[in-house]
Amino acid sequence: MPFEPEHRRRYIIHMYTTELQKSAKIENLEDPKLLEAFEARVAADEFIEPKDWMPEAYRRTLTRQISQHAHSEIVGMLPEGNWITRAPSLRRKAILLAKVQDEAGHGLYLYCAAETLGTSREQMIEALHSGKAKYSTIFNYPTLTWADIGAIGWLVDGAAIMNQVPLQRTSYGPYARAMVRVCKEESFHQRQGYEIMIALANGTAEQKRMAQDAFNRWWWPSLMMFGPPDENSPNTAQSMRWRIKRETNDELRQKFVDITVPQADFLSLTVPDPQLKWNEEKGGYDFGEIDWEEFYAVVRGEGPVAKERMKARRDAWQDGAWVREAAAVHEEKRRARKAA
Amino acid sequence: MTQRSPAKAEGKERVGAAVAAFWAPAFAGERLDFRTDYLLRLGDDALVLGQRVGEWCGHGPVLEVDISLANLALDLIGQATLLLGESGDGDKLAFHRDVLDFRNCLLVEQPNGDFAQTIARHLLYTIWQHMLLQRLQQSSDQFLREFAHKAVKEVAYHRELASEWTIRLGDGTEESAQRMADGLEWNWRFIPELFEVDEGLQQAIDAGIAVDPRSFEEEYRAAIAAVLAQAQLEAPADQRPILGGRQGHHSEHLGHLLAVMQFLPRAYSDAKW
Ligand SMILES: [Fe+2]
Ligand SMILES: [Fe+2]
Ligand SMILES: [Fe+2]
Repeated sequence: MPFEPEHRRRYIIHMYTTELQKSAKIENLEDPKLLEAFEARVAADEFIEPKDWMPEAYRRTLTRQISQHAHSEIVGMLPEGNWITRAPSLRRKAILLAKVQDEAGHGLYLYCAAETLGTSREQMIEALHSGKAKYSTIFNYPTLTWADIGAIGWLVDGAAIMNQVPLQRTSYGPYARAMVRVCKEESFHQRQGYEIMIALANGTAEQKRMAQDAFNRWWWPSLMMFGPPDENSPNTAQSMRWRIKRETNDELRQKFVDITVPQADFLSLTVPDPQLKWNEEKGGYDFGEIDWEEFYAVVRGEGPVAKERMKARRDAWQDGAWVREAAAVHEEKRRARKAA
Repeated sequence: MTQRSPAKAEGKERVGAAVAAFWAPAFAGERLDFRTDYLLRLGDDALVLGQRVGEWCGHGPVLEVDISLANLALDLIGQATLLLGESGDGDKLAFHRDVLDFRNCLLVEQPNGDFAQTIARHLLYTIWQHMLLQRLQQSSDQFLREFAHKAVKEVAYHRELASEWTIRLGDGTEESAQRMADGLEWNWRFIPELFEVDEGLQQAIDAGIAVDPRSFEEEYRAAIAAVLAQAQLEAPADQRPILGGRQGHHSEHLGHLLAVMQFLPRAYSDAKW
């Protein structure tokens, strides 16, 4: 197997946002004694729990990060859901269904974790639909062929693993525990994606073409998943200090490249980066410059299928409004009948 | 059903039949031995319904529902895999047959419509499937016995879920009750097909491998009535039965479903996935 267990790492979403924090000053307004005690607990790798005191900026950063992670799981169901009805075998259909169902489950755990910080799921979904909240840029790219389903599992879930493994030790208890559950499922996601790629890479000329084309389109967006370069990532230092984040964007990106390139070689796929080169000295690959203009455009909501994704989410929510209302009304009636 | 058609299509009946039903006067698909035919009926039901429910993925009214619907689809695709695999090469059967050779009932291929219509379809099918599987555990056929034993647990959950949602929507708001009533109204005419026994099925029943659905028709009607009563819904008036699915004469919807589902294996016929 091309996957070593120690290579299974997970992802983080908060660095996709450009909403730079205006709250750095707020901590000065907090009670210094409480703040000091809090910082000491975090530094000692203790978990912070919902009832514990925490600085407002910590609460806000986490709410933003966890809800964005949740939104990413939910929006992420769309590009793959796009192929459930067209999966090419019964086995592939079942696996893809199970995978997309897992992502829905991840969204659910994460919304629940975020709710412990005092924001309701409705508020978070509202923020997504209004465009105020972000989600991972990666899901704003289309799935054109079946190979895209392979590429997503392999690369996108692979990047996710890279980012999420350290988050199992993130300082906020409910988030860390949600990540433990999520991480259990992610390696299956990556494996099924890579398996699809193996089948295509060993397949007909048409299948090989599909695989290379998908790889070409998903490679750079996958590298962008790790967020802006460290020098442009103003939240990183604070997030590292609060143990919300445990490795920098560039460190994680480098790890991802180093693990993924040999996997591409195994598939006889060409990495779409003429500057990619093994660097003996650093023991890793050098790679070309990421198109940050593209990244920030996608963050602003200008990705190729951003409009389609948002429309699909809003439509599902609006079309389902009568269902949610009916469920609530029914529950109310039932309770009233019970009380009577 | 088969044999009742040509005579019925005479005279006065003809107009009605042309409008309301395709009586499948001849056997449309390939003639199969009765066991294979029975496996395909159950397998195609599961496949087509699983495909339909799978269409919801990512578009449900709330996250929890998305998860339950994916669960149903997953169970159904799993059942289809077992049943089609037992009748031959499962993928070949799923992806390389055309409408005339599909043996599913018309109910399962009905479009999703809104959530209420999806739930109505599921309720009507899943209670039937559950009662069938309960009895199929006594089949003389070892595969079917074991299959039923495994699937009946899954389907018990489907039945619970469909019943609960029917009750919630029926006894929810005015709008949801209306939508639920409309969903039932749409699917109601396909119930009689579930209880049709044609020659092929009769042979399978006589051989002890299949269940005679007529043996639980009353129980089925009562179970549906009980759910509807709890949902404060009236059962739709009985409608003229629409039949033909088991013989390969389907609704227009199935062709579109297959076009989507079968596209890849058909477009790249020498590829492995
Ligand atoms: Fe996930
Ligand atoms: Fe995730
Ligand atoms: Fe995943």
